[in-house]
Amino acid sequence: MAKLNKPPVTEAGPFNGVLTWVDQRFPLVALWKDQMSEYYAPKNFNFWYYFGSLALLVLVIQIVSGIFLTMNYKPSAQEAFASVEYIMRDVPGGWLIRYIHSTGASMFFICVYLHMARGLMYGSYRKPRELIWIFGVMIYLALMAEAFFGYLLPWGQMSYWGAQVIINLFGTIPFIGEALAIWIRGDYNVSDATLNRFFALHVIALPLVLLGLVAAHLMALHEVGSNNPDGVEIYKDIDPKSGHPRDGIPMHPYYTIKDIVGVAVFLIVFSVIVFFTPEMGGYFLEYNNFIPADPLKTPEHIAPVWYFTPYYAMLRAVPPIFGSQFPGVAVMGAATLIFFLLPWLDRGKVKSIRYRGPKYHAWFVAFIISFLVLGYLGVEPTTVWGEFGKGLPIVGGDYIALWVARVLSVVYFLFFLLMPWYTANDREKPEPQRVTF
Amino acid sequence: MKKILAALLLAPALGWASSGGGGVVIEKAPIDLHDKASLQRGVQVFVNHCLNCHSASVMRYSRLTDLGLTEAQIRDNLLFTGEKVGEPMVAAMSPAVAKAAFGIVPPDLSLVGRSRGADWLYTYMRSFYRDPASKTGWNNAVFPNVAMPHVLWEYQGSQVMNVTERMDDHTGDMKVTRKLVIDRPGSLKPIEYDRQVADLVNYLSYMAEPAQTDRKQWGVLVLFFLAGFFVLALLLKNEYWKDVR
Repeated sequence: MAKLNKPPVTEAGPFNGVLTWVDQRFPLVALWKDQMSEYYAPKNFNFWYYFGSLALLVLVIQIVSGIFLTMNYKPSAQEAFASVEYIMRDVPGGWLIRYIHSTGASMFFICVYLHMARGLMYGSYRKPRELIWIFGVMIYLALMAEAFFGYLLPWGQMSYWGAQVIINLFGTIPFIGEALAIWIRGDYNVSDATLNRFFALHVIALPLVLLGLVAAHLMALHEVGSNNPDGVEIYKDIDPKSGHPRDGIPMHPYYTIKDIVGVAVFLIVFSVIVFFTPEMGGYFLEYNNFIPADPLKTPEHIAPVWYFTPYYAMLRAVPPIFGSQFPGVAVMGAATLIFFLLPWLDRGKVKSIRYRGPKYHAWFVAFIISFLVLGYLGVEPTTVWGEFGKGLPIVGGDYIALWVARVLSVVYFLFFLLMPWYTANDREKPEPQRVTF
Repeated sequence: MKKILAALLLAPALGWASSGGGGVVIEKAPIDLHDKASLQRGVQVFVNHCLNCHSASVMRYSRLTDLGLTEAQIRDNLLFTGEKVGEPMVAAMSPAVAKAAFGIVPPDLSLVGRSRGADWLYTYMRSFYRDPASKTGWNNAVFPNVAMPHVLWEYQGSQVMNVTERMDDHTGDMKVTRKLVIDRPGSLKPIEYDRQVADLVNYLSYMAEPAQTDRKQWGVLVLFFLAGFFVLALLLKNEYWKDVR
């Protein structure tokens, strides 16, 4: 129920009248205070805390640049490739919009991966922030779907064959796979029908899901408050005089302004890529994707874009069982879904990596190395490191990269599955009473 | 004597280390997108020789004003079959006729500078050799069994592939060395032919992304602006954060 006798707005100078009028009809002042000027965040945020707001910025960049691309793009198998080139050549500033969007896709994943790494390091998924983490993992999954649908749209060779390969993964699911793959494509092959529906999903369905999830993520965050690099709860230590956390500072102006500095640095990196190396050596825009899709000509080496490659390497590492690739697909799916369980796997007494014991440190480093090396291996063909000698037991004659990927996939899963044990009896350091600043 | 000289000139250029696998060394293309004269020569070669069979369907003739040409110059020098200057570059030969002649439709070259890269194209255009076994009488060291004949042979002359086998003194393995040698010189000296191919590749690189030189100029401006913005933002942040410290 609305408060009928709200005080008038007094601190907005010439806008007092207008804002008072609005505030009596809409919780403007309350929202501003709750979310910004009186949302207290820990004062010891470090470098890693920029990437949440940067991910939000990239989301906005993608939506705005996407709207302009949609004005000239044609989602048809006949016209899609040429319409992208039309944007690149004949639409004024079209090349800029297109490169902003293609660079934004990769930068989104860079921000999200760094943001997730932050959450891992400082235990931001721990009680009472489990739901923030779960919404976050859902954002990550939705983002992967969004990127996958979007990647088909330029209708180049990699778009086409990448989509073909990923849809075929669904086709390996026992019993329903075949029908499911046809249902996804709307055809027996990736075709015009597939392009049309992927366009619909990319420009409206997934963006709506993403926006909803981001809102839920932020609402949950502002309900329980932010974690920090020390993993200490600042909201338990309230200054009786002010009624605010002793180690907290208002989001606005302190973090809004600090984040603007982060935005400036980010935009510099972003612009260097957009203006000087938009292909990023074939990682952001693959060279083969400048060849129009040809359903009759399979490229020699199909690799997904870099942000999917850790999972792609796992897929290739799992040997088929009874001629079915499904085990690999199941492993790949499990590797993304396992993030959901994290809050309940961690039994440590401290949250932050700063006070964790040696066992956690070792597993954490092993996990990060596994993820990065798997990502590298997913980009390269399995032949990249050559073969083992023929005489060796078990691995004889197999590709070295294949076995490295197998071992690292196991390490990736063990980081999660053994967590209840190695976190429960680790030599942790005592947490400080207050944040270190 | 001339032949030997040509071979010597080409030998380091096409010195493809062919021990075992036999990959061609892709050479760095000496191109410069700011060299308008080179780009103009390149488009001339492209229109005269490539455009007979290959299209560049997303490239409009009118865009060539980027290269410092006027529309009148484009019309007089580059348009032969009554196209309008605002139209895209379409091959003289129809796809059906081309397919009958070569077995495949020659690929569109609009973006070949990006999909293959300048270095590949530069090496490819200099690696054709006579091969009686192939349908066209030509083969290519970079793209084995390519359907395309050597269109610029009048300029380069014809090359043959010299294959020599030699036993490695240390390992005892047979080492196969392949070398392209000019057996019949063309109208250009090898060094002039390389220049001609470089011009063509320069043009193909430009055509693959006509906005690229513009893009870099904008980039410098944007970075200057952002550097200033960063400094101001940092100063503002430090001012506010004084209270926290």
